Amino acid sequence: MDKTILPYIISGISVGGQYALIAIGYTMVYGILRLINFAHGDVFMVSGLLMVYLAAALPLTVAIPLVIILTVLLGFTIERVAYRPLRTAPRMSVMISAIGVSYLLQNLALYITGGLNKNYPQIPWISDRVTVLGMETSRVTIITPFLTIILVVLLVLLINHTKIGMAMRAVSLNFETSQLMGIRINSVISATFIIGTFLAAVGSMLFFTNYPGVVPTSGAMPGLKAFVAAVFGGIGSIPGAVIGAFIIGICESLIKGLDTILIVNGTITEQIGLATFSDAFTFVLLIIILVFKPTGLFGEKTTDKV
Amino acid sequence: MKKILAVALVLCLVLALAPMAFADNPVVKIGVFEPQSGDNGAGGKQEILGMQYANMLTPTVEIDGTTYDVELVYADNASANDKAPTAAQSLISSGVSLVLGSYGSGVSIAAGDTFAAAEVPAIGVTCTNPQVTSECDVYFRICFLDPFQGTVLANFAKSELNATKAYCLAKQGDDYSGGLCNYFIEAFGKDNCVYEQFPEGTSDFSTYITNAQNQGCDVFFSPVSTEAAAQIIAKANTQAIGMPILAGDTWDSNVILNAAKGTDVKICVTTFYQEGADPEFDKGIKEWIKSDATALANNGGNDELAAVTVMGYDAYYVALEALKAAGSVDPADVLEVIPSVEYTGVTGNIAFDDIGDALRDSAFVKSCNTETGVWDFVTVATVK
Repeated sequence: MDKTILPYIISGISVGGQYALIAIGYTMVYGILRLINFAHGDVFMVSGLLMVYLAAALPLTVAIPLVIILTVLLGFTIERVAYRPLRTAPRMSVMISAIGVSYLLQNLALYITGGLNKNYPQIPWISDRVTVLGMETSRVTIITPFLTIILVVLLVLLINHTKIGMAMRAVSLNFETSQLMGIRINSVISATFIIGTFLAAVGSMLFFTNYPGVVPTSGAMPGLKAFVAAVFGGIGSIPGAVIGAFIIGICESLIKGLDTILIVNGTITEQIGLATFSDAFTFVLLIIILVFKPTGLFGEKTTDKV
Repeated sequence: MKKILAVALVLCLVLALAPMAFADNPVVKIGVFEPQSGDNGAGGKQEILGMQYANMLTPTVEIDGTTYDVELVYADNASANDKAPTAAQSLISSGVSLVLGSYGSGVSIAAGDTFAAAEVPAIGVTCTNPQVTSECDVYFRICFLDPFQGTVLANFAKSELNATKAYCLAKQGDDYSGGLCNYFIEAFGKDNCVYEQFPEGTSDFSTYITNAQNQGCDVFFSPVSTEAAAQIIAKANTQAIGMPILAGDTWDSNVILNAAKGTDVKICVTTFYQEGADPEFDKGIKEWIKSDATALANNGGNDELAAVTVMGYDAYYVALEALKAAGSVDPADVLEVIPSVEYTGVTGNIAFDDIGDALRDSAFVKSCNTETGVWDFVTVATVK
């Protein structure tokens, strides 16, 4: 492949993989609870901060599993404390509660870190520099998409071939009916949050190893982009979220480099400042999708019975 | 019952917030208008350190025959232009005689109108964008300006680094990095520069580095916030950027040293003060930083001295000089005398010109030693 474009593609795939891991958390919770869990991006940030503090005190072999466990515990607790009591409340109340949790986490992080940028610890081996197809990059950039795909395949297997997976599908289809059929709704929802936050914890490790700085707002942008990815792919659909995330990641990266690509090709001779529009692109994409295909690429069809 | 409980809780909060201060001397308040969170939180905190140290050494000031206790009143502008006016207003409401800060030019420009409306003078410590003082009559500053700094860096890139093509990266909507990039480009030559901007909240800088490499640039100029800087340095290392990185005074920070340690990235910055210029002062402030756990944390966990800290220290004494000269704690009186205040501080002689800018004509250039994680002195640059 062209040596000019290759670095952008690789970096885009890597970014896409990280968005995908967060997007799954959004899409799964939406699929089951019809709730947009706005706190998800902040759980991702807290996971990064946990790593910063734990790695300073413990060896990495202990810190990494502990970070994952604590993050999962956080996701579980948020659901128990902030969402479960509102199960019978209007959906809007739960969403407002989610926004509240999001700000709570951000401000707690602001209080603890003092608003300073925290340097993410270097995880040996995966943060090393490697040469791939004649370009220099870090190993984590290469690993991310593969790890993402492995995790997604495992998740799809879990959902399609296990008892808890079947319960999840049933609950997402109809809340009340599945309850009548003897499914314990609360444990199914807890399981959903546990899986979602587990993936966010893994995502945060890949993300912050690649971009090693954690601030209280670190979760906001990746969270928002992952959310767009989930909507783009059809919220509620796991393969949709993953594909949406990869498309957004790659497009963003290409737009940032488009000026340079065109100049090197000789199509244009001067900067035209396209890089500025990389974020705008993501959100324009969201609007276009919502206007022309509100259910997203792989979204479920909703039929209203009269 | 619930209602009574709620009312009682609210009352408790209000009472806890009510100030209860008893002091013997009358108090003069100096506002500290600095970011303590957001992109520039780290820098703002370091600048405050200098003021706190100076305040500890000289906690009182003699104004018109009366000894006043100096109280520093803090307001966090959160590095955000939209929050700056509110922070400025809170300082004015608490009755400050004058204000110091901010780190970061955008917030100073944004708060200028608020200070001007209340006629409270403000002394910028390290905000280097010309608009801070040119568009506001009550704003003064004790540091050099971006046109000067940009020219120094462009000359340095040309003559010392032998660069012929420069890549300039600024943050969208950021007055500091955008302004500095423009002055750099002006001095370096527009045809030899590639200029790009990244949006707020960007953490993936790998594409910008690829852009610079693909366009055959031989110097990477990115005078952005330290938070973005840490990301840029990490990516520059893993992608083997192959060109030196240049930046302005913002990068003179522990954040940069920590990020660059153990990498093979060459980094050069311009700054206000080089450690070692006043060994006595260095020793004193380092001992203080090491002895105070909060100060140590705010300095990034070590006792490396940032130039902004030293500037903060000098700013405090300039403020005291102004109060002495005014002979009053009324902001209007202080405003009147500031243009004529002169003070020789650790960073050199400080006096103001007609616009309210400091008369300074030299900047220190230093480079990051990636093995030991400290700054090495390179040269003193002047522009005539």
